Amino acid sequence: MFTDFFFELKAHGVPVTLHEWIALHEALAKNLAAASLDRFYSVARSILVKDESQFDKYDLAFASYFKGIQTPEQIIDEILKGLKKVEALALTAEEMAAIEALDLETVRRNFERQWREGHYNEHTGGNRAVGTGGRSTQGAFGFHPTGVRIGQGQSRHKRAIQIAEERRFKNYDSDVILDTRNIRVALSRLRTLLPEGPEDELSLEKTIDKTARDGGEIDLVFVKSITNAAKVLLLMDAGGSMDPYVELVSRLFSSAKAQIRNLHYFYFHNCVYQDIYTDMRRRSGFPTWEFLKKFGPDYKCIIVGDADMAPTELLNRNGAIHYFYYNDVPGIEWLARIRDHFKKTVWLNPRPAYVWPRTDTVDMVKEVFPMYELTVDGLTEGIRRLMR
Amino acid sequence: MNTYVGTGTYIASSELMDSVNVAIALSRPLLVKGEPGTGKTLLAHSVAENLNKEMIVWNIKSTTKAKDGLYVYDTVQRLNDARFGEGDVSDIKQYIKLGKLGRVFTSDVQVVLLIDEIDKADLEFPNDLLNEMDVMTFHIPETDETITARHRPIVIITSNAEKELPDAFLRRCVFHYIEFPDEALMIDIIRVHYPDIKDELLAAVLKKFYWIRTLDSLRKKPSTSELVDWVRALIVGGISPQQIEETMPFLGALLKKREDYEIIGRQKENQKIYDKYRSQYR
Repeated sequence: MFTDFFFELKAHGVPVTLHEWIALHEALAKNLAAASLDRFYSVARSILVKDESQFDKYDLAFASYFKGIQTPEQIIDEILKGLKKVEALALTAEEMAAIEALDLETVRRNFERQWREGHYNEHTGGNRAVGTGGRSTQGAFGFHPTGVRIGQGQSRHKRAIQIAEERRFKNYDSDVILDTRNIRVALSRLRTLLPEGPEDELSLEKTIDKTARDGGEIDLVFVKSITNAAKVLLLMDAGGSMDPYVELVSRLFSSAKAQIRNLHYFYFHNCVYQDIYTDMRRRSGFPTWEFLKKFGPDYKCIIVGDADMAPTELLNRNGAIHYFYYNDVPGIEWLARIRDHFKKTVWLNPRPAYVWPRTDTVDMVKEVFPMYELTVDGLTEGIRRLMR
Repeated sequence: MNTYVGTGTYIASSELMDSVNVAIALSRPLLVKGEPGTGKTLLAHSVAENLNKEMIVWNIKSTTKAKDGLYVYDTVQRLNDARFGEGDVSDIKQYIKLGKLGRVFTSDVQVVLLIDEIDKADLEFPNDLLNEMDVMTFHIPETDETITARHRPIVIITSNAEKELPDAFLRRCVFHYIEFPDEALMIDIIRVHYPDIKDELLAAVLKKFYWIRTLDSLRKKPSTSELVDWVRALIVGGISPQQIEETMPFLGALLKKREDYEIIGRQKENQKIYDKYRSQYR
């Protein structure tokens, strides 16, 4: 069943597996979706999709596969088009009692018969047919307590296709450039940088030593099982074209600072030259070679910048954007020195990848560093590379 | 056959009920994600209450190891007993203590197992549980015993998305993301807690609440549980809808960070300026 839906999902990038596909059919065989497309939408999603960032892709696939299909829900919608609301009737107590006496089965039979006879068109009032405001057993705003209520008032329930087309989960998509909503998710990727551990490993050597010192009184000594917490350096382009991103990026990493004990940040403008700065305004800094000496090659280095500058700033001596700043060594050489010093370096670009080719310097910087988009996906990729 | 239909004190959307029932029918764990305060943990309580089953809660911490859930071999106690000649040291069995999973497996009736905040644990934690959760059996080498589940439990797992969960683990789960409730659902939720709340007060509260949640600069957006606290404070304090409109009292129930107060303060100022000019140009 629906085999093409499986491939539709795959084509939209939902990582669905055969294992889950079989589970879905198991659920359908047990009639968990109750032959309703609306329920199928949520049941299939709960089995096939395991991450809310994939919901949007699922919605797209669902809408494209099931669009235009006739469902019982839609047939009811069509009936409702023929109905008009009228003022509700005032009934006497005897009439009410007579109506209440009808059981659900009769009501349903009535409905089905009249539905076949085509009683539903433009009908208001009356005692028998589907309509609104009448004493009949079916239709909306009527009096019959066990009546078939179709389309009474505004249902809070939308049809599956409508829900899918609404694409409520667009913002959860991991291709979207980071915003406050997914900062937390992004952070969790950063946190994978730190293998850490509780003090839960018995140190035999220390236990024997301590026990011997205490004259045979057994004293167990526990140590941390993993000790190589990651060390991270963050170099940020601050100023000019980066202004729109600076606040976002600094918030992202200031929250990360609470998580990563060994995180240091530094700033530069457009490109790194012989000085590197410890504040965003670039007032206090120190020589880049000193920076390289201070932080060993085992630091993971993350550079955040749009790599958008005049080619001269990257390639020329004295090319730096600040008029009175002279650099003997061209910027690209400094970038290469940074890359060569650290074992692992990545460049994160807050601009979307499709605009990168419009800037010459992005290509040049990309030759020096592996470059990733500053999206949840890009960050994940980048950090994976750092950890490799 | 177990079918979850929700409980009076917990408002579940029909999609959530479907997800729970799919998980029960396929006997797979249900993984629940969602913003903090959307009722992930409460769901498990509601399921247990609705199906009339005992619930066992396994709270996960950063130090929790998968093996702790199965059993713990208390070597230190045994060592101690050996030194002071207490207890029967040759009987290892009495030093084996079953963990939460072990208790679930040995239970005489089907239980609901809540594994709370699985993302707090080590990255390998979910993978370490895969086999035990699949075949519902584990082996204790110290006593050469094999413990097999008598009844497959209903497993509900919550995650705050602090860490990514491994694919192999996810494949075996049924997944549900609890969306932040919209206004209509929120009215139902508040009414469950405060059936007598006046419509005007509720409307004023929700207007402010959803306005606050649109402010993206907040460090921590208030959630349902905080809203419920705020409403309680407002009712107890006898605050009128007008006062909420003008001064927003007891914001401490909603906002937990000093920076967020300042943001709200600034927004209020901006709103005043905006209102002033808008009325002039009308």
